[in-house]
Amino acid sequence: MSKEWQPTCTSDVLRLRAQLYNKIRDFFSERAVLEVETPLLGSGCGTDPQLDFFNTYYCTPPLQHKLFLQTSPEFAMKRLLASGSGSIYQICKAFRNGESGRFHNPEFTLLEWYRVGFTLPELMDEIAELMFLLFKNYIALNDPQRFSYQEIFQHYTGLNALEFSYKKYSDYAQSNNVADAVTICGYDHGLWLDFIFSHNIQPNLGQNAVSMIFGYPACQSSLARINKDNSKITDRVEVFINGVELGNGYYELTDAKEQSKRFDEEIAFRRQIKRPVTVKDKHLIAALEQGLPECSGMAIGLDRILMLMTGSSIIDEVLNFPIHRA
Amino acid sequence: MAIYSTNEFKSGLKVMLDNDPCAIIENEFVKPGKGQAFNRVKIRNLKTGRVIERTFKSGDSLEGADVVDVVMQYLYSDGEFRHFMVPDTFEQYQCEEKTVGDASKWLKDQDSCTVTLWNDATLSVTPANFVELAIVETDPGVRGDTSGGGGKPASLETGAVVRVPLFVQQGEIIKVDTRTGEYISRVKE
Repeated sequence: MSKEWQPTCTSDVLRLRAQLYNKIRDFFSERAVLEVETPLLGSGCGTDPQLDFFNTYYCTPPLQHKLFLQTSPEFAMKRLLASGSGSIYQICKAFRNGESGRFHNPEFTLLEWYRVGFTLPELMDEIAELMFLLFKNYIALNDPQRFSYQEIFQHYTGLNALEFSYKKYSDYAQSNNVADAVTICGYDHGLWLDFIFSHNIQPNLGQNAVSMIFGYPACQSSLARINKDNSKITDRVEVFINGVELGNGYYELTDAKEQSKRFDEEIAFRRQIKRPVTVKDKHLIAALEQGLPECSGMAIGLDRILMLMTGSSIIDEVLNFPIHRA
Repeated sequence: MAIYSTNEFKSGLKVMLDNDPCAIIENEFVKPGKGQAFNRVKIRNLKTGRVIERTFKSGDSLEGADVVDVVMQYLYSDGEFRHFMVPDTFEQYQCEEKTVGDASKWLKDQDSCTVTLWNDATLSVTPANFVELAIVETDPGVRGDTSGGGGKPASLETGAVVRVPLFVQQGEIIKVDTRTGEYISRVKE
């Protein structure tokens, strides 16, 4: 008889997930951060060129409205922030079409939180504290590490991440077993950074430690603020443990005009690379016009946290019904 | 031939890469949360047997390779080529000695083996997992010594040399695992 009806994770993992959520709720409750819930179905969707969405139709005959399953709860949470909610967090499902692999399932669980008044370094302090709490008794974490993107890129490759040189990047690729990068990336600086970072840098990051990489090049971010002292970098942070990417955070962009402009650029870029066209979220723009408080926000993939806690090599081991059994 | 996208790169899929037929071994989806998705793929070149690692942009595609495995009977060697026959159709194929390579030391007339064809030409030969071959030369055995320890080299009728237990005698037929080259048992006739 087929075993396809059964969960792919053990009952221990089900319990561990419940404990994990409790710990997170205690953590934020002690800090007076409010738990919220926002719609998974929205009329708008993130325009990030690298994310594909699922859409569906809300039928009220004779009318039909196209709705999107959210790729993250970011937009709705920012609307709450603009309405004066104060610091908030949410544990919810997020959906990204086409993403399936050892570390990816198209439907996954995110912890997303926003801290009003926090700068990026303050947010990083909180991330490290939360990680210590969650991994206690699972991975003995060493002191957290903080490196700028430029610094870590230089350290592992000798290349300058902020200054693109086709020759230097190609020479590096040829002599470091990633010659495919030359044909794939061509003169696209952002693509080169993605390629080299994911192949030759990320696997080394955060050996039994929380490794936080900040100051991503300006071409690598959509909703982070440009750094006030260096226009080539953004106030964005990524978190890694044992080479696994766990999440992404920003010192949030509050300028409605700038946000609207970036949306337009991304939508144009999506057209150019022939990805399905998204709809600019007008509610978010209106909320930003009303005024988003100065804040920093972070999203962490909880399934990957569970993978690290249990030493799982594939995400299916921490999900009950991954996409092929859903 | 069909076109396969990175999403369809499953283990065992045969594709064309740099004009050579290859088999996918492993396919890993790599995607930075905010960045381009890639597939890191381990591929075996079916002509050379070499395993290489390549990266593709997710969604890129490769042409399928017309590669099939056919069970055939080994017929004979003419010194330059080995000859094989498909039992059902009596269709014959020949394969250069150097292409047969290591497999040749397990090939006995009339035995079945797997011949891999690319565009209907022989690409490689894989012997059956277990073959039964006669020992043509080995040191005199120690009768009654059934201990597993030690062992001695024995030359087989096809030219292969395997380690056998001390009690196994010249002229006997033995069963060998061709994947490891290890002796399994004696075969009673």
